[in-house]
Amino acid sequence: MSQATMTLATEAPAPTLPGTLGSMRAPRSLWSNAWRQFRRNKLAIAGLIYLTFLAFVAVLAPVIAPHNPVQSDLRTAGKYRQAAWIETDNPKTAGDWSYPLGTDGNGRDVFSRLVYGTRISLVVGFIPMAVIMVIGIPIGLMAGFIGGTLDNFLMRLTDIVYAFPALLFFIIMQISFGDTNIGRLLNGLVLLFITLSIINWTGVARLVRGDTLALKEKEYVEAARASGASAWRQISRHILPNALGSIIVAGAFIVPGAIIAEAVLTYLGIGLRPDVDLNAPFPTSWGQMIQAGQTAYRNQAWLLIAPSVAVALITLSFTFVGDGLRDALDPRDQI
Amino acid sequence: MLDYAFRRVLWVIPVIVTVAAVTFFLMYRAPGGPWDREKTLPAATMQRLNAKFGLDKPLWLNQQEFAERRSEGVTNPLVLISAITDSQFLNYMTGVFRGDLGPSYASKGAETVQQLIARKFPVSLKLGIVALVFSIVVGIPLGVVAALRQNSWLDYLSLGTSTLGVSVPTFVSGLLLLLLLSSSFGFSPIRSPEEWAGFGPAYILPGIVLGLGTMAFIARLTRTSMLEIKRQDYVRTASAKGLSSQRVITGHMFRNAMIPIITILGPAAADLVTGSIIIESIFGAPGLGREFVESISKRDYSVIMGTAIFYAVLVAIANVVVDLSYGIVDPRIRVRR
Repeated sequence: MSQATMTLATEAPAPTLPGTLGSMRAPRSLWSNAWRQFRRNKLAIAGLIYLTFLAFVAVLAPVIAPHNPVQSDLRTAGKYRQAAWIETDNPKTAGDWSYPLGTDGNGRDVFSRLVYGTRISLVVGFIPMAVIMVIGIPIGLMAGFIGGTLDNFLMRLTDIVYAFPALLFFIIMQISFGDTNIGRLLNGLVLLFITLSIINWTGVARLVRGDTLALKEKEYVEAARASGASAWRQISRHILPNALGSIIVAGAFIVPGAIIAEAVLTYLGIGLRPDVDLNAPFPTSWGQMIQAGQTAYRNQAWLLIAPSVAVALITLSFTFVGDGLRDALDPRDQI
Repeated sequence: MLDYAFRRVLWVIPVIVTVAAVTFFLMYRAPGGPWDREKTLPAATMQRLNAKFGLDKPLWLNQQEFAERRSEGVTNPLVLISAITDSQFLNYMTGVFRGDLGPSYASKGAETVQQLIARKFPVSLKLGIVALVFSIVVGIPLGVVAALRQNSWLDYLSLGTSTLGVSVPTFVSGLLLLLLLSSSFGFSPIRSPEEWAGFGPAYILPGIVLGLGTMAFIARLTRTSMLEIKRQDYVRTASAKGLSSQRVITGHMFRNAMIPIITILGPAAADLVTGSIIIESIFGAPGLGREFVESISKRDYSVIMGTAIFYAVLVAIANVVVDLSYGIVDPRIRVRR
C-alpha cells in the first residue's frame, strides 16, 4: 500500500495543500473511479469485449460472411445441409466447411445469415434505447424539478404502463400498424423502433424524476440555488451529471430487453418481414432464424441452435455489462 | 391503512379504462374487418352480420340516434343519454365492465370471448401455478444458500444459474431445452388433449421453463436481501444474546429477507403472462396464451382485444394484492403511510 502511494505521489506534481492531505495522489474523477471499479469485474469486461466484437461483425458482415445471406442456392448448397462436422450418407446434406453451420430450407448459408443478423439485433437494441433516453430524461427532469401537474400525469401514466404487460402492447401495436406505410418501411424495422420506444420511456422518466427529487434537496444544489443559479444551470450542471450513473445503468438493461422483444415479435410472425433483396443491408434477424429453426429443427438442428445461442449470448453480455456498470456507478441497490 | 387500500383498489378502474380504450383504438384501426375471408362474403350477408353485432353503429358517439330521438320530441334525459352513447366504443366499454367481451368473430359469434377465456385459461393458470411453485421452491433456497456461503463455489453456482435465468429469455431456453430433450431422449412435446385436461406430468416441463426467469430473479433477490440483513444490528444482537445460528437464520434473517420477495410477485405475474404466450406455443399447451397467438394469425380482433384486457386486469389485480400485502407483512411501511 505504502509503496503504491509513493509511486502515485511522484505522479502528482502539485502538492499545494499543507501537510499530508494534498500530496497523496492525483485526484481521480468520478468517471475514472467508476472505470477502475468496472475493470475489476471480469465478467463485465468479457461482456464488453464480446459486444465490441459483435459491433465489428455487424459492420464487416459482407467481408465475414462466406455467402450471400439471401440468395437461395439449392443446387450446390442443398436443402437442410447439416453443420460442417456432421456426417451423413447423402452428399447433398452432409456437412461441408464451406457451409460451417449448414443451410436452411431454401439453401441459404446459416452462418452468413447469423453474421448479418447481428446488425438487426444491435440496431434494434440501441436505437430505441437512444429514443427512450431522449424522451424520458427531459420529462423526468422536468417532472422532478418542477413537480405539479406534469409530475402527477407522469406518475399516473407509469402506473398504467406498469399494469399493461409490455409484450401485449407491442403485439397490438404491431398488428395495428403492421400493414401501414410506416409498418412496411425497412421491412418493419421503423415500426419496431417506434413500438419499442413508445412505452419504455416512462420507466426512464420515473427513474430520472426520483433522482431529481432526491438531488434537488442536496446541499450543493441548494448552494447553487442560493447563489442565484438559474433552473437550467441547476439541472444541467448539478442534477443531470449526478443522475447520469443510474441512467446509464438503466440504458444497459433496456438494450437487451429490446433485442428480446424483437426476437419474440418476429418469432410470433408480427415483427420483421423477410427480405428477398440480395443487397439488403438488414436481410434477416435472429428472431426470423429462430422462427424458421423451430419448424425445421428435426431436419437441421443448427438452424435453431445457432440463432438461439446468439440471442442468449448477447443478452447475457448485456447483463454482465449492466451489472458491472451498476456496481461501478450506481451503488444504491444491487439485485 | 384502510383508506390507502381503498384508494389503491379504486385506482384499478382508470387503469382498466385506459388499457381498454387504447386497445380498442389500436385494434379498430387495424387493417381488415372481422368478416375478411379468402372468399369475400356477399354485401348483404356482411350488412346482416354487422347489424347483428352492432358494427354498423358510429364509432364514438351516436349523434344520429340522438338527433332522431330529439326530433321525435323525447325529452327524457335518460333516453337521450342512452341514445347518444349507443356507439361501438361505449358499448364495448360498458361490456368490459359487465364482463362481456363480445363475440369471437372467427367462430362467427358462436362463442363469446369470455367463454373462450373461461375454456382456455385453466390450462394457463395450471402452468402458472407450476411455474410459481417451482420458482419459489427452487429460487429461495438457492438464494439463501448462496448468501450464507458467500463467495463459495455454491454461491458462484447459484449466482451463475440465476444470471443465466435472468438474462436468457425463456423462449430461447425453452426451445434449446426442447431440442436437447428431443435429440437425446426422443422427447416429443406433442401431447393428447386428455393429458392437458387433468393436472398431470404434461405440465411439469413447460411449467419449469416458464418459471425459469422468475426463479432466477427470486434467487438473486433473496441472496441480496439476506446479505444485507446479515449486517443488521438486530442480527448481531440475536447472535450476541446466544441464539443458535439456526434460530438466527430462520427467525431473524429469513423472515425479514422475504419482504422484498413479495414485491416482485407483481412483476412476476406480468412475466408469467407474457411468458405463457410463447411457452404455450412452443410446448403446444392448449391455453389462453396459445389461443392469443392463434388469434393473431387468424386476425380475430375481438379475441386479441379481450385477451389483452383480461391479462391487463390480471396484472393490475396482482399489483394491488402485492401492494396491500406489503403493508401487512412489513409493519414499518404501514406506519409510514
